[in-house]
Amino acid sequence: MKISDGGKPSLFETASNPKHGIYVHIPFCQRKCAYCDFYSLTDLTLRQPFVDSLLQEMALVTSDEVRSDTLYFGGGTPSVLTQQQIETIMQQAKDLFTLTPDAEITMEVNPGTVTQDYLNFMRQIGINRINIGVQSFSHNILEFLGRIHSPGHATQVIQQARKAGFDNVGLDLIFGIPGQDASTWQDDLKTALVFAPEHLSCYILSIENGTHLDQMRKSKAFEPAPEQHIADLFCITQQILKDAGYEQYEISNYARIDNGEKAWRSRHNQKYWSFAPYTGLGPGAHSYRAPLRYWNVRDVGLYSAALAKGRLPIQESEKTTTEQQITEAIYLGLRTCDGIDIAHFEKLFQIDFNQQYGDTLKTLYEENLVIVDNSRCALTSKGMLFHNSIVERLIP
Amino acid sequence: MKNIRNFSIIAHIDHGKSTLSDRFIQFTDMVSDRDFKDQILDTMDIERERGITIKSQTICLPYTAKDGMTYHLNLIDTPGHVDFTYEVSRALASCEGALLLIDASQGVEAQTLANLYLAMEHNLNIIPVINKIDLPSADVDRVMTQIEEDLGLDPDTAIQASAKEGLGIDVLLESIVQKLPHPTGDAEAPLKGLIFDSHYDPFRGTIVHFRLFQGTIRPGDRIKFMSNNAVYKVEEVGLFQIVRVPQKTLSAGQVGYLIAGIKTVSDTRCGDTITLRDHPCDAALPGFKEAKPVVFSSIYPVASDGYGDLTTALEKLKLNDAALIYEKDSSVALGFGFRCGFLGLLHLEVVQERLEREYDLSLILTAPSVRYIIVLNDGSELIIDNPALYPDPTTIEKTKEPFIRASIMVPDRYMGAVMKLCLDRRGINKNYQYLTNNRLEMVFELPLSEVIYDFYDKLKTVTQGYGSFDYDIIDYRETRMVKLDILINGERVDALSQLVHRDRAEERGRHACTRLRDEIPRQMFKIAIQGAIGGKIVARKTVSPFRKDVTAKCYGGDITRKRKLLEKQKKGKKRMKMVGKVMIPQSAFLSVLKTDDN
Ligand SMILES: Nc1nc2c(ncn2[C@@H]2O[C@H](COP(=O)(O)OP(=O)(O)OP(=O)(O)O)[C@@H](O)[C@H]2O)c(=O)[nH]1
Ligand code: SF4
Ligand SMILES: [Mg+2]
Repeated sequence: MKISDGGKPSLFETASNPKHGIYVHIPFCQRKCAYCDFYSLTDLTLRQPFVDSLLQEMALVTSDEVRSDTLYFGGGTPSVLTQQQIETIMQQAKDLFTLTPDAEITMEVNPGTVTQDYLNFMRQIGINRINIGVQSFSHNILEFLGRIHSPGHATQVIQQARKAGFDNVGLDLIFGIPGQDASTWQDDLKTALVFAPEHLSCYILSIENGTHLDQMRKSKAFEPAPEQHIADLFCITQQILKDAGYEQYEISNYARIDNGEKAWRSRHNQKYWSFAPYTGLGPGAHSYRAPLRYWNVRDVGLYSAALAKGRLPIQESEKTTTEQQITEAIYLGLRTCDGIDIAHFEKLFQIDFNQQYGDTLKTLYEENLVIVDNSRCALTSKGMLFHNSIVERLIP
Repeated sequence: MKNIRNFSIIAHIDHGKSTLSDRFIQFTDMVSDRDFKDQILDTMDIERERGITIKSQTICLPYTAKDGMTYHLNLIDTPGHVDFTYEVSRALASCEGALLLIDASQGVEAQTLANLYLAMEHNLNIIPVINKIDLPSADVDRVMTQIEEDLGLDPDTAIQASAKEGLGIDVLLESIVQKLPHPTGDAEAPLKGLIFDSHYDPFRGTIVHFRLFQGTIRPGDRIKFMSNNAVYKVEEVGLFQIVRVPQKTLSAGQVGYLIAGIKTVSDTRCGDTITLRDHPCDAALPGFKEAKPVVFSSIYPVASDGYGDLTTALEKLKLNDAALIYEKDSSVALGFGFRCGFLGLLHLEVVQERLEREYDLSLILTAPSVRYIIVLNDGSELIIDNPALYPDPTTIEKTKEPFIRASIMVPDRYMGAVMKLCLDRRGINKNYQYLTNNRLEMVFELPLSEVIYDFYDKLKTVTQGYGSFDYDIIDYRETRMVKLDILINGERVDALSQLVHRDRAEERGRHACTRLRDEIPRQMFKIAIQGAIGGKIVARKTVSPFRKDVTAKCYGGDITRKRKLLEKQKKGKKRMKMVGKVMIPQSAFLSVLKTDDN
């Protein structure tokens, strides 16, 4: 790493989570989905120049000391890259980063973009986890969301992934879509469960500023789903997946439990919630090395231009203050079902947890929103629905 | 003394007083081009943001006239808005002359007249100035006629200028020297100075702004404030020249400041007479008429331990705002605070903003009220400006409310719109008369309570900016008032109560509840807002609770974005007051009076 963090050891590096995560942002999609505010372009001719820049960026940030146990290709749609492009990036990562032998290497895949051959190839070059952007198994909903694929594509890709040898498959689903009733959502969940995915992410649709969906809402093309209905769907999700043998380990994330033991959590995503260090590569990608957060320019042109001059394409960095770290620790800790590790928190911030938060937590506990025991403080299933309000009451 | 001229620039709002001051300042090379900025005398943030003058400002300009002599021109730039007339009248007390500006495209407006009358009361020599002649819409001939017919001044004495383009400035400066009288007064006589303003400086204590009518003052003098016999040793005297410029002496006829280690803020009173302890003058100057507040509201700190800070802040602000009056107050919902009197709603807003900015406080102001006279069954009278003190209605024989005589000047095409506006506000049309150039002066008698909130804004809207308005309180008239209470989740919030006219009580109740519903953020439980008169609920609205309040996803490690959002929310919350379990934003307390969505 050439980024200096002031030489201090990370406040948050714990024995259980010492290793680095690497995120690679592939900023291309075949078409922009209606709800999406991720940074991605649809001009696929820019792929090769981008890949060239990415390889340069990797070369710039490389370091021998840092051992990484996750590598995650996200986007955008990484699967719009050609096999050859993916392979060069993988090769560069293996050459330049010290990936642990058991590293979790994930790639996001859009069902409308891949073939059996492509999936076989992915597996062959060492990608061992696949996350498929299914979103829904309903034609109407996929159309509303502006997805490029049909439900059939999704089921096909899941099966092809298994055939290619992926034993760690994650599916993304979205709920809370206008007009979506409880049974449609239950059907989606049940269809997904047919494939026994190792991992499920169930996101509530959020209408972000500036998206096509946002414009449609403003022009009253649809009514957003009522909050109570979304809340109901959230609870249905928790129940159905619990019954199916999944553990909820974060507000939107569920992992299959095998033999009452191993849960297939996403190792990479957990880094975000646990203050493990991570490096984001590609335009708009975020990095963290306590207490420093920094992020790349959100523009392929500027990104490549910086790298062409041999400079890191960092747009901004911030050194988080203790107060900000506390805010983050509460915010992120309460997103996870394990919750805030109280002893760790107290040690890091020199705060008596009970003295500081006891009164507020007592009220929240009485309202059945949090659970606190000696070692951990977490939200209840109901509390998760009010994560934002609760965090607001606790942060400094 | 023959080389001193003391004058104010007066006008209706926006006619260009501060811009003209700029040109004088530049003409006399008082600031370098590098340091110059437009409306340089408008120094407060709030003045610059709103583009209006709030405080009168004095500046002493050295001007070398055509006769080769150097004159000290003491210019006072004054505010034009009706709420700050008190600033103008105090400024005029230290002048011999005034420049009366008239916007060449707008012509004579309500405060042109009001300020002219003020200047006449002070026996000042007046030079009419037709400003903004550069505007394509300027109509100098029309304004000439208005000067003659509406103002009764000699149009031949008027000077044409463009403050913006710098036209006519030299002519104007010459006529100030030639036409305005120099001050008189004996520099050897016992010291006699009038305090017309002051401000607090954290390092030097109170800085007194004064005009000397008699005698000479120098550092080392022992001075005495005649109203309370407080004695101080003068440390510094000087002139205002953008910055304070110390002088060896100041003498009769001059306008300047003094510093005397005055740490007891309440010792300095506007209108007081300064003299020497050992050689006092025979009698104090008449001073100023007390400012008569017309609008009352209570101020509370948002922070529960903020009362002490608020007390100090008010004392210091009072030094620089002689029109502000206040006394201790308390509320069940909001704790200790102050009941304050203001000259109008803009004055109220300015006080709130200055306290918040200059003293770093976060405040809640309760719904403004006028002052009612309540006659009880036993014949005794109560004067009430605070709904919290409203007596049991069964003990009330009758209630009287203040009425104003409003003079509204508009082009005649807006007559119907103005009529409607005033009648809607329970107004009585007394009279109208044609002025020159198809303009009307319409006179209404209106309850003051109906104009305090947004009457002026409304008038501007319905007359597309052409209407102007001035008023005087005339008398108290019998009325039928009731107290409208607001209950939040069943609890009466005393700070939200208001006195309203019986005929409108229900409508106002519904309105207040709707406003509050829009202002109070959703929380995790349902919030019921009720309007009640006596025990009767007349209106009801609910703020529905969150059913969910969670973000689906954190974006690929972008923790910063969400954290910033949380920090912003948290900051917003610091400006809210907990009433029971409910968070009520600061803005909600004033919102209940706003009449519609704008
Ligand atoms: N065209 C033109 N605009 C002018 C002239 N004088 C002032 N203005 C503009 O009129 C507006 C008001 O000017 P100010 O000098 O702030 O007016 P004011 O009389 O001090 O206003 P208050 O202090 O609020 O009463 C500003 O936008 C000025 O730029 C002028 O001679 N010509
Ligand atoms: S495929 Fe994913 S990244 Fe691309 S537009 Fe759709 S949601 Fe956004
Ligand atoms: Mg001004």
